[in-house]
Amino acid sequence: MFELLGVPPQVLMGQLLLGLINGSFYAVLSLGLAVIFGLLNIINFAHGAQYMMGAFAAWMLLTYVGVGYWPALIVAPLVVGAIGIVLERLMLARLYHLDHLYGLLLTFGLALIIQGLFRNYYGISGLPYQIPASLSGGYNLGFMFLPTYRGWVVVASVIVCFATWFIIEKTKLGAYLRAATENPVLVGAFGINVPRMITLTYGFGVALAGFAGVLAAPIYSVNPNMGADLIIVVFAVVVIGGMGSIMGAILTGYGLGLVEGLTRVFYPEGSAVVIFVIMAIVLLFRPEGLFGRAG
Amino acid sequence: MAIAEDTVKTGPLRESIGMPRLHKVIFLVLLGLALLLPYGVYPVFAMKVMCFALFAYAFNLLLGFGGLLSFGHAAYFGGASYVAAHAAKVWGLTPELSILAGTVAAAFLGLVIGALSIRRQGIYFAMVTLAFAQMVYFFALQVPFTGGEDGIQSVPRGDLFGLISLRSNMALYYFVLAITFGGILLIYRIVHSPFGQVLKAIRENEPRAISLGYQVNRYKLIVFTLSAALAGLAGATKSQVFQLASLTDVHWAMSGEVVLMTLLGGMGTVFGPIVGAAVIVTMQNYLATFGAWVTVIQGAIFVISVLLFREGIVGVISKWLKRPL
Repeated sequence: MFELLGVPPQVLMGQLLLGLINGSFYAVLSLGLAVIFGLLNIINFAHGAQYMMGAFAAWMLLTYVGVGYWPALIVAPLVVGAIGIVLERLMLARLYHLDHLYGLLLTFGLALIIQGLFRNYYGISGLPYQIPASLSGGYNLGFMFLPTYRGWVVVASVIVCFATWFIIEKTKLGAYLRAATENPVLVGAFGINVPRMITLTYGFGVALAGFAGVLAAPIYSVNPNMGADLIIVVFAVVVIGGMGSIMGAILTGYGLGLVEGLTRVFYPEGSAVVIFVIMAIVLLFRPEGLFGRAG
Repeated sequence: MAIAEDTVKTGPLRESIGMPRLHKVIFLVLLGLALLLPYGVYPVFAMKVMCFALFAYAFNLLLGFGGLLSFGHAAYFGGASYVAAHAAKVWGLTPELSILAGTVAAAFLGLVIGALSIRRQGIYFAMVTLAFAQMVYFFALQVPFTGGEDGIQSVPRGDLFGLISLRSNMALYYFVLAITFGGILLIYRIVHSPFGQVLKAIRENEPRAISLGYQVNRYKLIVFTLSAALAGLAGATKSQVFQLASLTDVHWAMSGEVVLMTLLGGMGTVFGPIVGAAVIVTMQNYLATFGAWVTVIQGAIFVISVLLFREGIVGVISKWLKRPL
């Protein structure tokens, strides 16, 4: 087979696939952050912990209750989202009149609590979660081998991202949401229950993180720290994309995953930091982010 | 920036030039206590508290007075600790030169990261500083000179100015005390200088400060660099005390800890960071055997502080005494 810049195509394609999978997680997680930020104006630092909770919820459903992967894909995000709603009602809702940085500090504290509790009970070694039988195996595409589950992760994340984009940009509910982002007082005056919309939006954003966690469970081992470092990379993704646009968050997520995959092929030492370097470059030349609005 | 809206406003300008008598008295009492402390508690523990107190002061300079929430101060604290440990161990420099090398490195790092980070405000600023700190962490994990997971171990303590041995804990204690106290007084001076007044103006109302003709970004960059340098001074000193520089000091959890110390003690107060650092370090010391519960408790303190207690310990006392502390 031909080689590209001295790299065998199997290696290149393998890393690109890996990049695309990482990108899927970046996209779903930064989408959740952007949805929450749009309406609540806070950065949800607990997003990584909630992603981890999604993976643990799937593992617990299987281990304690015997509920398999497919039901867990629906149930786990609902459970995590419901916990998010409780946290929003009990705590976050008290901070909306203050500087938004307090929301960041509060959710950072929540992330510490959640991660600490899981570490106490499950250690840090990680728990295995089997790939469901219907998605095991793989396809030989000729130029590379594609494990079925990894293909599914990409497909599932694209479906969820597109569905979220569709709801927010194309439906009446989404129109209310966008209106409330612009001017909550006016939307409330039209008789729409804005506080409830805020609560449900937070729950939805958290559920997205939980969904990503279930997707990740069979790929990465289920581990209390799995979200902690990931969320920082997702922050960088969000800074690069800018949180103004839903589609922007999605595209930036996938794009940066691919860039990271390419870096792993051509300059492996730089793969851990390439996203941060891109963030520095974006800050220099377009500080509001690739899809962000100025100001 | 309204983050400090709950902090006590400092008095009229007259009061902020020269040190009010109350502050003088408290500083003298603290100094007296600190001089006697090593006879009562284990000196290494006392030095740890002082290093973190200076770290929290440096952070408070940026957050409490500059209104900038950096979530990546571990980069300067830990980065300086690596440089200082390397300087002492490999280059064989004396303690004061090693610490100076660490501080200068942190200042440079702060200048570069600060110049990029101040291009965004508020929440984005916090995320950007966190992301750059994570980059420094990965860098420390990969480059050979930091020793990766092992860190730089058994750093020699050496002789101060090549003359005075710092191998005994007592001698080192008074050296660390001098650095910490000097650093804290320097920060006090910065905050109460005309420069500090402009910083407060920017924090309270940035557009207004711009309209008054202040080069806001230049002020922000200077305070960011100063804060990074002083955080580096704390980290470099810590590496000499523990004879160790490790990944713990550059990890994001360390950035979170310094935020917690400042929040708990009282953002924008003069004595808050000392109190916050003392409480958190003592707590970690006593709860060390409980493992991950320490993280849970720290998280709980965060949540409680944000929900119920935004002025912090010193902020509450200050409100009660009706005097800025």
